[in-house]
Amino acid sequence: MIPAKAVQTAQAVKIGRRLRLKNAYIGWSFIAVATIMICLFYFYPMIQAFLLSLQSGTGVNLHFIGFSNYLRLFHDPVFLTTVKNTVTYLMIQVPIMIILAMFLSVLLNNKALKLKGLFRTAIFLPCVTSLVAYSVIFKYLFAQDGIMNRMLMKLSFISQPIPWLTDPFWAKIAIIAAITWRWTGYNMIFFLSALQNIDESIYEAARIDGASSVQQFFKITIPLLKPIILFTTITSTIGTLQLFDEVMNITKGGPGNATMTISQYIYNLSFKYTPDFGYAATVSYAIVVLIIFFSIIQFRVAGDKNE
Amino acid sequence: MIKMSNLKRFFIYLVLVIACMISVFPFLWMIVSSTNKSVDVTKGSLLPGIFFMQNLHHLLISSDLGTALFNSAKVSIITTVLAMLVASLAGYGFEIYKSKAKDLVFNFLLLSMMIPFAALMVPLFRMFASVSQTVPFMGIDTLSAVILPTITTAFLIFYFRQSTKMFPKDILEAGRMDGLSELGVFFRIYVPTMKTTYAAGAIITFMSSWNSYLWPLVVLQSPEKQTLPLLISNLGSSYSPDYGVIMTAIVIATLPAALIFFIMQKHFVAGMLGSVK
Repeated sequence: MIPAKAVQTAQAVKIGRRLRLKNAYIGWSFIAVATIMICLFYFYPMIQAFLLSLQSGTGVNLHFIGFSNYLRLFHDPVFLTTVKNTVTYLMIQVPIMIILAMFLSVLLNNKALKLKGLFRTAIFLPCVTSLVAYSVIFKYLFAQDGIMNRMLMKLSFISQPIPWLTDPFWAKIAIIAAITWRWTGYNMIFFLSALQNIDESIYEAARIDGASSVQQFFKITIPLLKPIILFTTITSTIGTLQLFDEVMNITKGGPGNATMTISQYIYNLSFKYTPDFGYAATVSYAIVVLIIFFSIIQFRVAGDKNE
Repeated sequence: MIKMSNLKRFFIYLVLVIACMISVFPFLWMIVSSTNKSVDVTKGSLLPGIFFMQNLHHLLISSDLGTALFNSAKVSIITTVLAMLVASLAGYGFEIYKSKAKDLVFNFLLLSMMIPFAALMVPLFRMFASVSQTVPFMGIDTLSAVILPTITTAFLIFYFRQSTKMFPKDILEAGRMDGLSELGVFFRIYVPTMKTTYAAGAIITFMSSWNSYLWPLVVLQSPEKQTLPLLISNLGSSYSPDYGVIMTAIVIATLPAALIFFIMQKHFVAGMLGSVK
């Protein structure tokens, strides 16, 4: 005979296992929809894009050509121009914006400052505009006879109107100015919240040791903000590499292809010129590679300083 | 409290005032221009006029503003509601029913944050084009096609999981004791207590949906389907733009987002910061 206690334990184990199985099943059902949706709308298309990038042809008449689309990238002057433009925006705009955001957040974090809320809200305000709306506004601000030129001439900074949107150099400047206007406040909020978490006593100790405010900034603030600097730099980099709305609505990529970005080139290849989906997919993998490349570099740079 | 020298204080206020002026000026110019005639806008007028109603009238006749507003509202509201449901269920599921396998899935889903939309638009377009024949209500040029790919983002799932970490788990156990089903616990206990988390997530999602441009541009074709950003982009790229009218359209498109922002500023910032916690 089996002792009653053993039967009970066996039953308890069985019930326990059934419960655990049921719980596991319930747990998976909570995450099922989201997992399926992400696979369907992110990972599956990425596989499709890769398969597409191995094909060539117009519209739906595609045939397999192996990796020659990837070789074509290196001989395609338009592609190389768009990469150069995108990286130019990135290298100039992101550092300016991050430094500006950090600088403003340090000023705003001053305990003795009055009207703090007003300043913060005003600087954050650009973030509520849609990318299209603010791009159209900037397009008119920077027009040949627009407010920008009028004001600069009235203040005698310039004698001739600057051809903001029709000169390759100035058009890039206009776009960089626009993006900086839209996103500085956004990044500033991240810095501000991080600064508020820094213990004031660290600064007091530094002051007692005779550290100047500049020293405090470089020796305390920056090292403590490093995770946020990394975060904002990476998100801004990913955003800039995908730049589309602004350029499309401010310059349409012109003059010539002087301001065109990679995203815009993909759009043009697929929906503006005779559709070449295979090559467009190849170009889109170039963005993926660039994003991974820049993210690794930024992690490396931040990691090195940690040691 | 630290005493600032007068010079330093003056410098700080000066920089902040200049930064605020630069931030606010395009807004003021937009609002002023929407009350002026196109001629006055090109002349660089910075004084408010009396032509707002006239501009609005022109806008209503010359473009389909009402339809675009309605489409944008429909897309944004449906996207936001579904996104909140799907993402919070998942964030909750990943945290409450934690297991090694699920954590693996979670990390895999996070990878999707690295995928740029530019890389997705061509295959997504072809996906929706291929179902156009069989499931017309989900094909190209439908609002469903605009909504579907934007509902689920790894960012929102991550955000809800992070917020669930701080949720007191005892309350859930108490709910189970009272005989609530697992789904009952979620809807009756979790959802009501997490109101602020939902509010922040909803604002972020609504704003990005309301302002989204590239995907609608790719997938929508007919004018009666267009959303506000598409309408504004079209107005802005016309050859003989009526500046007053365009600025009026931009004011109308910006107003809802700006209002939501001002009413729920705290939640908005909380939602943004939720991503770096």
